[in-house]
Amino acid sequence: MRATLLLEDGSEWAGELFGGCFPASGEVVFNTGMVGYPESLTDPSYSGQILVLTYPLVGNYGVPQSRINGTADLARSPFESERIHARALVVAEYSRHYSHWRAAESLHAWLDREGIPGITGVDTRALTKRLRHRGTMKGRVILSDRESPAPEPEYDALVQLVSVTEPTIIGSGRQRVALIDCGAKAGIIRSLLQRGVSVLRVPWDYDLSSERVDGVVISNGPGDPKLCGPTVENVRKLIEDGSIPLFGICLGNQIMALAAGADTYKLKFGHRGQNQPCMRVGSRRCHITSQNHGYAVDDRSLPEGWQPWFFNANDGTNEGIRHRDKPLRSVQFHPEARPGPVDTDFLFDEFVAMLGSKGGGK
Amino acid sequence: MKSTITKPKSVLILGSGALKIGEAGEFDYSGSQAIKALKEEGIHVILVNPNIATIQTSEHLADRVYFLPVEKDFVAGVIERERPEGVLLGFGGQTALNCGLQLEADGVFERYGVRVLGTPVAAIRLTEDRQLFADSLAEIGVQVPRSRAVGAVEEALVIAEEIGYPIMIRSGFSLGGLGSGICPTKKSLRDTAVKALALADHILVEEYLHGWKELEYEVMRDGQDNCVTICNMENLDPLGIHTGESIVVAPSQTLSNEEYHRLREISIRVIRHLGIVGECNIQFALDPESDECRVIEVNARLSRSSALASKATGYPLAAVAARLALGFSLTEIPNAVTRVTMACFEPALDYVVVKIPRWDLRKFRRAVKTIGTGMKSVGEVMAIGRTFPEALQKALRMLEIGARGLIGDQQISFDDLEEELRHPTDERIFALARAMDAGWTLEKIHDLTRIDFWFLHQIEEVVRIAATLRQFAGGDLPGGVLREAKQAGFADEQIGLLIERSEDAVRRMRRSRGIVPCVKQIDTLAAEYPAATNYLYLTYQGREDDVTFDQKGESVLVLGSGAYRIGSSVEFDWCCVNAVRTLKKLGYRTLMANYNPETVSTDYDECDRLYFDELNLETVLEICAKERPKGVVVSMGGQVPNILAPQLAAAGLPILGTSSASIDRAEDRHKFSSLLDSLGIDQPEWTEVASIEEAAAFAEKVGYPVLVRPSYVLSGSAMGVAVNGEQLARFLARAEDVSLEHPVVVSKFIMGAKEIEMDAVAANGEVEMYAISEHVENAGVHSGDATLVLPPQRTYLETTRRIKRITREIARALEVSGPFNIQFIARENAVKVIECNLRASRSFPFVSKVCKENFIEAATKAVMGEKVEWRRRSFFELDYVGVKAPQFSFTRLHGADPVLGVEMASTGEVGCLGDTFSEAFLKAMHSVGYPLSIGSVLLSTGPIESKADFLEYARILASMGIRFYATRGTGEFLARNGLETTILHWPLEKGEPNVMSTIADGNVDLVINIPKNFQEEEVTNDYLVRRQAVDFGVPLVTNLQLAKRLVEALQGMKREDLLIKSWEEY
Repeated sequence: MRATLLLEDGSEWAGELFGGCFPASGEVVFNTGMVGYPESLTDPSYSGQILVLTYPLVGNYGVPQSRINGTADLARSPFESERIHARALVVAEYSRHYSHWRAAESLHAWLDREGIPGITGVDTRALTKRLRHRGTMKGRVILSDRESPAPEPEYDALVQLVSVTEPTIIGSGRQRVALIDCGAKAGIIRSLLQRGVSVLRVPWDYDLSSERVDGVVISNGPGDPKLCGPTVENVRKLIEDGSIPLFGICLGNQIMALAAGADTYKLKFGHRGQNQPCMRVGSRRCHITSQNHGYAVDDRSLPEGWQPWFFNANDGTNEGIRHRDKPLRSVQFHPEARPGPVDTDFLFDEFVAMLGSKGGGK
Repeated sequence: MKSTITKPKSVLILGSGALKIGEAGEFDYSGSQAIKALKEEGIHVILVNPNIATIQTSEHLADRVYFLPVEKDFVAGVIERERPEGVLLGFGGQTALNCGLQLEADGVFERYGVRVLGTPVAAIRLTEDRQLFADSLAEIGVQVPRSRAVGAVEEALVIAEEIGYPIMIRSGFSLGGLGSGICPTKKSLRDTAVKALALADHILVEEYLHGWKELEYEVMRDGQDNCVTICNMENLDPLGIHTGESIVVAPSQTLSNEEYHRLREISIRVIRHLGIVGECNIQFALDPESDECRVIEVNARLSRSSALASKATGYPLAAVAARLALGFSLTEIPNAVTRVTMACFEPALDYVVVKIPRWDLRKFRRAVKTIGTGMKSVGEVMAIGRTFPEALQKALRMLEIGARGLIGDQQISFDDLEEELRHPTDERIFALARAMDAGWTLEKIHDLTRIDFWFLHQIEEVVRIAATLRQFAGGDLPGGVLREAKQAGFADEQIGLLIERSEDAVRRMRRSRGIVPCVKQIDTLAAEYPAATNYLYLTYQGREDDVTFDQKGESVLVLGSGAYRIGSSVEFDWCCVNAVRTLKKLGYRTLMANYNPETVSTDYDECDRLYFDELNLETVLEICAKERPKGVVVSMGGQVPNILAPQLAAAGLPILGTSSASIDRAEDRHKFSSLLDSLGIDQPEWTEVASIEEAAAFAEKVGYPVLVRPSYVLSGSAMGVAVNGEQLARFLARAEDVSLEHPVVVSKFIMGAKEIEMDAVAANGEVEMYAISEHVENAGVHSGDATLVLPPQRTYLETTRRIKRITREIARALEVSGPFNIQFIARENAVKVIECNLRASRSFPFVSKVCKENFIEAATKAVMGEKVEWRRRSFFELDYVGVKAPQFSFTRLHGADPVLGVEMASTGEVGCLGDTFSEAFLKAMHSVGYPLSIGSVLLSTGPIESKADFLEYARILASMGIRFYATRGTGEFLARNGLETTILHWPLEKGEPNVMSTIADGNVDLVINIPKNFQEEEVTNDYLVRRQAVDFGVPLVTNLQLAKRLVEALQGMKREDLLIKSWEEY
């Protein structure tokens, strides 16, 4: 069955349908990673987006068992949440046959079960170049001319939709870290649990002032950080207090910046991939990072007391900020990886080391 | 951030010497890139490499070039003279690394204050000694296969019992897995261990990880501890087949994110722990059914895989590694492809790359055809596509073994499919398709091969499409079917075979449906950033081109040489690179087409546009349809483009230089022969036959021996010399098997004649530049295996005069414009033409560098109709002599008969200079493994005439106090002539003292075995002697003239007579 991706600029990208037999709409973004489609599709940051993969062969290793048994499985499961968040998947060459000892079903079967359409046979390189030239655009996946278009994502309420509704406690570690869930990847929770802390996962707009925690992580999530007013306000209070170590990731970096009084802006086509080099400011150390973001912190707008921590070595954009004296830090990339390189995993070590040593950040 | 490093003022680079199995063109690529990078940093570069055919030894690269053996004493001599501040050991393969380790151990670097740049020697030693390596990795919790180093065979057997069979044997300090093997039984372990221990002090007895996936990562690390992995690659063939023998795919196809990044993290942990600075390669075994993995090996240097990774990703690994060795950080080096980003990143591919090794096993009589843990392939091809079948089928065509793809060809057949799948030969990939076509289940195939189901499914897809195509035999293909086939990499010709239509008809059908390929760019970042260079490939999975075709100025397309193979190697890459450089100087935009990842011609910065794609009619037509070049140059890349010329011309493409009609007149025996007849030029008597009776009648008429060969000769494939009717019948049967389209030629084989080569450039039929070289060996040894001397030392002046005259006449008659080569045989001034190629020949770099005249620059000007200037310096006035010597790789080719003949067998060559013939000759011979002095020699000098002929030289050896061993006939002959020898039993006699045990015990320094016959099919004593010599690494001479020259040189030259002089000083 044919399916077509229609872009805002009028261009049409026809291919064969696989996965769910439904139309879709969303913001069209591309990711240059060569592995990790189960991780990416379940990453809540892709909420409201149609994902284009630049690597042409997709589905090769199928999809593993989605049921998770215990912590060991959690550590290895490629799922970053319990469902697919991307609105649709666009690839050049879907691999109908898969092979992997952990695979339980095909990518097609999984997408079908989740009602997510996929298009294969698209010149994803040409599509990517168009997105690069014109910037991220909205688009629609249509199956025929007659159908009624898929509803637009509620771009203004993406975080609300992917966050939890009630606080939950995960793990039994003595030290407790609150995770402000703006659409948190399971990888963040895993990275914290592996270090022996317990995690208090709270909704995106949860006021933490009445909770006793040793540290706070502000998670990744979809969309424009300026739509997270309540979160920004809550984080601003934590910053003013300054005694609890804070660690922001991705959207969390942008929220941290806004809370500190700096500004954010939308990138032309964002950074999505597993090969983004980030330099640590003031050093010659460069880390290869996993990224998925469409907005960035304007580090020229950082107020007194704050400084850039990392920057993107390709285009110079901000990749992290830190407070000069207080244990307040955040990064634009994904130290929890999944998908992508695990090189910046040490940032969790550094964060956990700060817990309980108030003001210990350098 | 400003760099604080202190760059050395001068740096010595060690090359890898002659191309050999396991160490080939990839080191010309890595060395050339390193030299370029150092020159850009303003560093004075000194290069030691006797491989005269390489680009790295060109005049425009290093400041000083020494055509000397990469051997510690010679290199120490160079260091003493040049006093470099630094040395690079990682760019010349295992040869350079081993030499560097010895120099370091001898204290040479310390004595002269030479800094080893990049990875410290201590780290190299950790990677080279397998026990130290295993211990070191254990410190960081990384597992290697369970193993133990042993120094004796009995010890190996004990350890094997502990680990359990099958057992893997590995040898340290080896190139390409030499001396490695899988041993299912005690007996095979004993056999392998004996041989391996003859070549190394210790070997490793290891657990064998049957069926595990094999993966590689290419890793870079700088002095600031920044690490990146440039590429990961997956072997289609599971563990058990050397990675150099495997079909390799980049990036990995069957790894999940977790696996990909787990192995990546281990790679980085290992490289940091070992302290590598620069580039290294790490190989993994991964259990296909669990999370278990092992690190198999680390190569702390540029390798075959790093060259592949570099071409697969577009990331200039060698150039970056050279800068890292100087102390630069990855963050200080720009990404040369995008020019806006930097080198500290990991390439993202948006295509798939397939590498397939190129073997030439059928060229070697008796060679074992199965592939395994040791390398046997002589080259490789790399194909790029947007689907796996597309890349795979392209690659199979690129091999130039007659396959039009995975399926559709009838000539590849298997007597026993199951055996082929279980014990693979070089043709297993075709057997997979055959088995599927025959209805075998993938489960059965998987059980036999352990190849991952993903790959099997992809191959099955090709088989399925072929079956669909066959349903349309004789008719028209629906557009959808045709498009699907093209996206799966089916060639027009292949589709034609399947639907019983001509290639041309399929092409017309395809174009009428608007199905044409797209040109896509390799940009290292999957289109995230615009690319500034033009590294391109064609694909049918796409809807638009990445580049436009409206640039100003005329362009010229140069066709490259394709895979390195016996008979076509780095020399043609040198020709192509020089042609492109000249074309640029003449103001043309340069387009290059080639698919060999080991080459410099496929470097991103050599030409204006690189088409990394096939060299056949279809692809060249598609490229030209888009680019509309002024014309195509077919004379630089050897035989592959040369034989394409008539087809290209017939399709209406302009062939630049010598016309395709002339090329055809030279290639077609009949036409060429009548041309020679009309010019009154002599040639050996010959005839063309269609039956054995005709051939026998001819042979009776002219007298045996006769030479048998197909009309289009590529390095003498299927050639043979028959001494009687029985042999003749056998060769004919084999020759007809090779090609039905081209008839078989039988010619008189002339014995006792000299062979002489003419390399020349003509413009509009007038010879403008030439060089004459003579062979040391008498006619009968393939010119590619012969030892070449320039200027000639033993050729009559009258002979050279006649050769010049004939050359001029032929050039005029064929209106040659460009490079050409004629081979002559001469006896007592009677000169006959035996071959003429209207293209650059194998010896062009040799004559260019010896004469210090760039023949290719001149030839390119001639091709383009520009004036050729020559200083007209006669080569007889050279004050020095150049000698080119062949490199053989028989040790790796189990069972192959190591004897010189009309079939080319060498894999590479060196060229050295000297003030005298003997000096240049001995340098060259030493560069390819012959000793400079010997204590003992085993003589077995063949028929009585050659025994007598050699007697004088045996006396010379005796006068030098050299101990003789001899086989009975030779020993008795020498005794009759007053020379004392130890007579040994022949191998088949089994008595002691025996030739076999004497060689195995290391008592013999040199074996001279002159065969009694041209080609022996059966297992003879002679064969066993020769095989024993190469199996135990004892230098072997099988040609009488070569033996004589070697004896003279050994007598006349001491090591100190071999002067350390750079090319510039001659």
